[in-house]
Amino acid sequence: MLNQISLLLNDYTFQIVALGTGFLGLLSGVVGTYATLRKESLLGDALSHAALPGIGIGFILIQRKELSVLLLGALVSGLIATVIIQTMSKKTVVKLDSALSLILSSFFGLGLVILTSIQNNPNAQQAGLSNFIFGQASAMLLSDVQLIGVVGLGLLALVALFWKEFKVFTFDPMFAQTLGFSGKIIESLMSTMIVVTIILGLESVGVILISALLIGPAVAARQWTNRLSVVVLLAAIIGFVSGVTGTFISSLGERIPTGPAIVVVVSSFVFISLFFSPKRGIIAGHYANKKRQKVFMNQIQSLEE
Amino acid sequence: MSMIFEITLVAVVVAVACALPGVFLVLRGTTMVSDAITHTVLLGIVLAFFITQDLNSPLLMIGATLVGVATVWAIEALQQTKLLSNDAAIGIIFPLFFSIAIILITRYAGNVHLDVDAVLMGELAFSPFRRLMFLGMDLGPRALWTMLIILFINCLFIFLFYKELKITTFDAGFAAALGFSPVLVHYGLMTIVSLTAVGAYDSVGSILVVGFMVGPPLAAYLMTNKLHVMIALTVLMALVNSVIGVQLAFMLDTTIAGMIAVVTGVTTLTVFVFSPKKGLIKAFLNRRKEQKKMDQRLKTIEQAGR
Amino acid sequence: MENNKAIVIDHLTVAYDAKPVLWNISCGFNKAQLTAIIGPNGAGKSTLIKSMLNFIQPITGSIAFSTMEDEQVPYKKMKNKIAYVPQNTTVDWDFPATVLDVVLMGRYGHLGWLKRPGKKDKNVAKQMLLKVGLPTFASRQISQLSGGQRQRVFLARALAQEADIYIMDEPLSGVDMKTEHIIMKLLKKLVEEGKTVIVVHHDLQTVEEYFDHVVFINQEVIAQGSIQGAFTKDNIDKTYHQDRNLGEGEG
Repeated sequence: MLNQISLLLNDYTFQIVALGTGFLGLLSGVVGTYATLRKESLLGDALSHAALPGIGIGFILIQRKELSVLLLGALVSGLIATVIIQTMSKKTVVKLDSALSLILSSFFGLGLVILTSIQNNPNAQQAGLSNFIFGQASAMLLSDVQLIGVVGLGLLALVALFWKEFKVFTFDPMFAQTLGFSGKIIESLMSTMIVVTIILGLESVGVILISALLIGPAVAARQWTNRLSVVVLLAAIIGFVSGVTGTFISSLGERIPTGPAIVVVVSSFVFISLFFSPKRGIIAGHYANKKRQKVFMNQIQSLEE
Repeated sequence: MSMIFEITLVAVVVAVACALPGVFLVLRGTTMVSDAITHTVLLGIVLAFFITQDLNSPLLMIGATLVGVATVWAIEALQQTKLLSNDAAIGIIFPLFFSIAIILITRYAGNVHLDVDAVLMGELAFSPFRRLMFLGMDLGPRALWTMLIILFINCLFIFLFYKELKITTFDAGFAAALGFSPVLVHYGLMTIVSLTAVGAYDSVGSILVVGFMVGPPLAAYLMTNKLHVMIALTVLMALVNSVIGVQLAFMLDTTIAGMIAVVTGVTTLTVFVFSPKKGLIKAFLNRRKEQKKMDQRLKTIEQAGR
Repeated sequence: MENNKAIVIDHLTVAYDAKPVLWNISCGFNKAQLTAIIGPNGAGKSTLIKSMLNFIQPITGSIAFSTMEDEQVPYKKMKNKIAYVPQNTTVDWDFPATVLDVVLMGRYGHLGWLKRPGKKDKNVAKQMLLKVGLPTFASRQISQLSGGQRQRVFLARALAQEADIYIMDEPLSGVDMKTEHIIMKLLKKLVEEGKTVIVVHHDLQTVEEYFDHVVFINQEVIAQGSIQGAFTKDNIDKTYHQDRNLGEGEG
């Protein structure tokens, strides 16, 4: 077993893939913190599903699997979905969650229709179709990791550069506007960052599960600190570790898909944090409550005596 | 019966069965919870299969339905900790359950007659091949019977609890004061959503079910303000979507469920834009009309001011 | 006459989706005075504030500002000279931010894009926390505050903006007596320093005690003027007990 592990750790492909998923986790940890704080985590879920038809159309246009083109297609269809969702929920009586659910499933349906016709197989039960749906990290090439790295560094630079603006806008958008920061600029910057992160993750984690990678690290990190800077940093670390660990588990075991493996690791972080965080955690809260009860009881008793 | 007719029939029954509980999901604004359920019943199906070893066992349906309801409970338990926002709780629970299910399926793919692609989109085209036999008699596609029973349960639920559903949806606090437990009604609704998702998964797959549940009621909601009219229109929309979807899928030789989801999206968006009551164009025209009225009133004020 | 007005609103009409909320409003807010905006629920008080802050585009009319130096300029030139305290229900109190973080946000406007707050800004923020009576709360998480303390933190954030005009949406609603006392004392002090303070107020009992000036609003301006002159039973009745039908039957 140990032998196996050391063999795996020295394996070039594994190193590449782990680096890719790790960096992806880091990135979605950072970007996801803002999405989660702004209560936009489910938008991420809808957008990732909505990216599927774009991938299909990208493939039809160039007839081969060129990652950058596919991701560009995904970006376009993701943005179209965003516009439709925003129009539905803001301009009329339609509630946001209805718009999300509708767009999520009809875009995903369209994606399936397109992918099915690409494979020219009415049952669409061939390998390859599900790669973008569940992600197939093992298919990652060095060039893919480089793409994630370069675009990711760009996103991180944006976060560092607009730290103050993102912070005030996420906390209190109205107030940010009275200070003279254009809400439109910050908002579109943030949405684009979310869409780009989702799309970078499609190949390795897949359409269905990438949203978990956005939400999980942020929620877990939030439990340990009250400072935004620390939340972002912790979320980045948790994301990175989850990516690497998930890939490790999936490579070690037989037939364990990477995306789901990463999600299980992220979720473990979430539940550990929710239960065991020393300040806010469920267990700490339980004991604090009991203690308080005891103190009150003692006070009441001493009053009665 | 011809194959295409049988498939259409199954599609229609599935669509209507899904759309009925959807009416209340749309009105309550809890459609994303149903999205979570439709994903997590898969875990229920897999787990129940390990126990029953029979995909057609009614026990499997019950087990899977229970997991769907457990999802709702888990989401609400997380929300009650107040440690994370409501939508994040949904976004944590369902990917986890779904991931576990996918890992189980992939690992034991050899033993389980379930595969990942089928889980995602189901396959209506196969439904005529799985037949229900009774005493040697061919009674038609098994999926048709399953979904007919679920459709009947859904109709019965809405018929019996129409008043309760209406009042808890409209004003939960008031309903509670009158003695109708909103929690009970909520879990009742979630149980039938869950049951429907379980029944529909092998025809439609876990992701598209939510579109079947949300699309038709949303379109109906945009056309009327009356609940019973909304229900009728929902059924009509579900009917139209599934019939057109099946036809198109056969013409284009593609996935039927996916095509119905696309048609649902298109018809719902069309209603959204053109609905004479609450559509986008109507809203725009209304605004312009009111604006004109106001401009005129403003003019009279200005003149009076002079 | 116009020179002593910090804000002059001229024939302002605002509508949400073509439904008029404010109708033909003309009023002014005196420099270096404490003015209350008073009216029943749905009278458009918050809308008036939001239009002053440029959140809502009016259909017609204009809003002009003047400060100690500038005369009659539009909102865009004024941004860093106006501080706004919203009603305190609007933010996520579980946001990972400390009290000092929030107060420090008041400095962001002066910093502009990209520049980071420095030591000087932190000192200003701490000073303002002292002023609102929460000097020991700097590193507390904001969810650990009571309603009154939250309101004081928002006030400190506005003070940190070092503005000329302070606009506040019901700063006294739902706060304890101690907070109400501290807030009013601070507002009076601001006015003494020559700043203009505009407050949406709901408690008719305390108007005479707290304010210099009053504007009655119920979709239209019902009355305005000094407390002695305008705060009459007649005006209160007119504002609160009248079914108003906007614009129709007038003209």
